[in-house]
Amino acid sequence: MNIVVCVKQVPDTWAEKRLSAEDKTVDREGVDGVMNELDEYAVEEALRIKEAQGSGEVTVLTMGPDKSVETIRKALSMGADKAVHLTDPGLHGSDALATSYAMAKALATIEHDLVILGVESTDARMSVLPAMLAERLGASQLTFARKVEVGSGTVKIERQTDTGYDVVEAPTPAVVSVVEKINEPRYPSFKGIMAAKKKPLTTLSLADAGIEADKVGFGGSGTEVAEFSARPPKQAGQIVKDEGDGGAKLAEFLASQKFI
Amino acid sequence: MAEVLVLVEHVDGAPKKVTYELLTLARSLGEPSAVFIGNGYDNAKDKLAEYGATKIYVAGDGDLDGYLVAPKAEVLAQIVSSASPAAVLIPSTPEGKEIAGRLAVKTESGVITDAVGLDDGFVAKQSIFGGAINVSSKVSRGTPIITVRPNSTAPEASPTQPAEEQVTASISEAAKAAKILDRVTEKKGGRPELTEAAIVVSGGRGLGEGKNFELIEKLADTLGAAVGASRAATDAGWYPHTNQVGQTGKTVSPQLYMAIGISGAIQHRAGMQTSKTIVAVNKDPEAPMFELVDFGIVGDLFNVVPQLTEEIEKRKSQH
Ligand SMILES: Cc1cc2nc3c(=O)[nH]c(=O)nc-3n(C[C@H](O)[C@H](O)[C@H](O)COP(=O)(O)OP(=O)(O)OC[C@H]3O[C@@H](n4cnc5c(N)ncnc54)[C@H](O)[C@@H]3O)c2cc1C
Ligand SMILES: Nc1ncnc2c1ncn2[C@@H]1O[C@H](COP(=O)(O)O)[C@@H](O)[C@H]1O
Repeated sequence: MNIVVCVKQVPDTWAEKRLSAEDKTVDREGVDGVMNELDEYAVEEALRIKEAQGSGEVTVLTMGPDKSVETIRKALSMGADKAVHLTDPGLHGSDALATSYAMAKALATIEHDLVILGVESTDARMSVLPAMLAERLGASQLTFARKVEVGSGTVKIERQTDTGYDVVEAPTPAVVSVVEKINEPRYPSFKGIMAAKKKPLTTLSLADAGIEADKVGFGGSGTEVAEFSARPPKQAGQIVKDEGDGGAKLAEFLASQKFI
Repeated sequence: MAEVLVLVEHVDGAPKKVTYELLTLARSLGEPSAVFIGNGYDNAKDKLAEYGATKIYVAGDGDLDGYLVAPKAEVLAQIVSSASPAAVLIPSTPEGKEIAGRLAVKTESGVITDAVGLDDGFVAKQSIFGGAINVSSKVSRGTPIITVRPNSTAPEASPTQPAEEQVTASISEAAKAAKILDRVTEKKGGRPELTEAAIVVSGGRGLGEGKNFELIEKLADTLGAAVGASRAATDAGWYPHTNQVGQTGKTVSPQLYMAIGISGAIQHRAGMQTSKTIVAVNKDPEAPMFELVDFGIVGDLFNVVPQLTEEIEKRKSQH
């Protein structure tokens, strides 16, 4: 079974994230980039499936600026076999519609039975790409998985829901997205880090992937940011040390705010 | 006035509150048409009329509930192509967002998720990066497809006599690829729904063990609140994961959020940061949660919470 894992480089979790004043996109230059946390679980799951099956290849796919190579390296050092980096200045400014189109085009260049993603990126926080890719690829959608079981020609998952979970089964090819309950991602070993340097990395431009330039970037997007502003800073709250009457004080506060 | 489609979120036909919120929003921007997909329409009908739907599309084919997401997007796409609505509003739930994404691809339209308000011209207001930045964005291509967060607006009744249109959806075989074999409920019943509640009381690792969640439940019950939990608490099995608040749990935006024994990790904050009023009880004065609070108590929750619950009871009995 051949698996593609989509990993995204995002601004460091704790870094103060900004929008660029010029073009209103996420400012990726000024901050450290890390692998989107949930994508580590996606990589781990892909590796576990491959290890259990004893065959197949795990390919990492990233769309993003040159800098995202760091994230690709991390996935390779965790154990992925090879990587595809979709990168082109024309992609800058792509929204979900454009990104899903470009990623689907890139996926079409890689032979696969499964595509695995994290359920959500920490910067965009849209949680739509997996479903959009399934739609574009005509592949089965198996999203919000907290457990994945691979059969022959089918995949079964436990899909996390509002009230518990659904057991869902579908034929391959399938697009799977995972939640953090699914596994515990491994740390890259020293050996893994060394090996990663020699693993194949293919770089795709728009032309290489057959992507029409007017369907990506700002022009190809279906949405635009009209304006943005920093939220007015919140007034510092009142913090009280419990001197035996903390509960009563809190009740007093709640009453003053009409919650009681 | 142009039609604005609202996808009805329901459980066996009974609409969730967010549906009424969306109908209310839609009414300020056009003619709200409800789209009901699945079983149990009889339970929804009167409520949709009460909250102002001027038209209801009903796709009640029983088969639709047995597959994941794709059939619902197909039904919506069919209605969009015949009705040419001014916009489609969908509840910003995990499934709602997926439907929106697929619909965007099908109709070559822009999609905006997690709106917390809508202005004229379907300009969506979003709060991003944990509430640090407010953004206004709009769809510039196709039919605006916008998912709106629960609790974004107050639902207002506005009774109508809606026209009804039965939709016979032709669902493709491809859309039936992902079959739902079983639905398992793990939820604790009897309390308000997390995403809809006006008050949420959440407990974390500070509770020390599962049975101490009783403290949280008691406090929640005196306030008519929903109960939430941090990932540390759900991972430990102290509370169902359906109650997890945060990046990979539920996003809540209540009037009041109470964090008890929760440190305030960024992944937790991602799910509650836009709450209107935030209070915390934590014995560590350095806990990051205190950066967010309107009111915080540095102290042992095992002292503070029972006293708080008792005090609330007392105040309530005086009224
Ligand atoms: C990919 C990913 C996704 C995640 N998604 C989520 C998510 O959706 N939701 C989520 O919550 N987390 C999520 N996390 C986990 C998150 O990073 C934190 O680990 C988690 O939120 C910590 O839970 P906690 O605050 O209960 O525990 P801790 O961080 O251990 O905090 C416990 C707090 O309780 C206080 N305390 C202890 N005893 C007492 C006492 N007697 N009285 C008062 N206070 C006391 C301590 O001072 C401490 O501040 C995610 C992590 C990852 C990597
Ligand atoms: N530019 C990208 N390159 C690779 N994978 C991506 C990219 N953007 C999103 N993804 C994947 O899609 C998932 C959901 O992202 P989102 O819909 O943006 O919340 C992420 O967890 C990634 O696995």
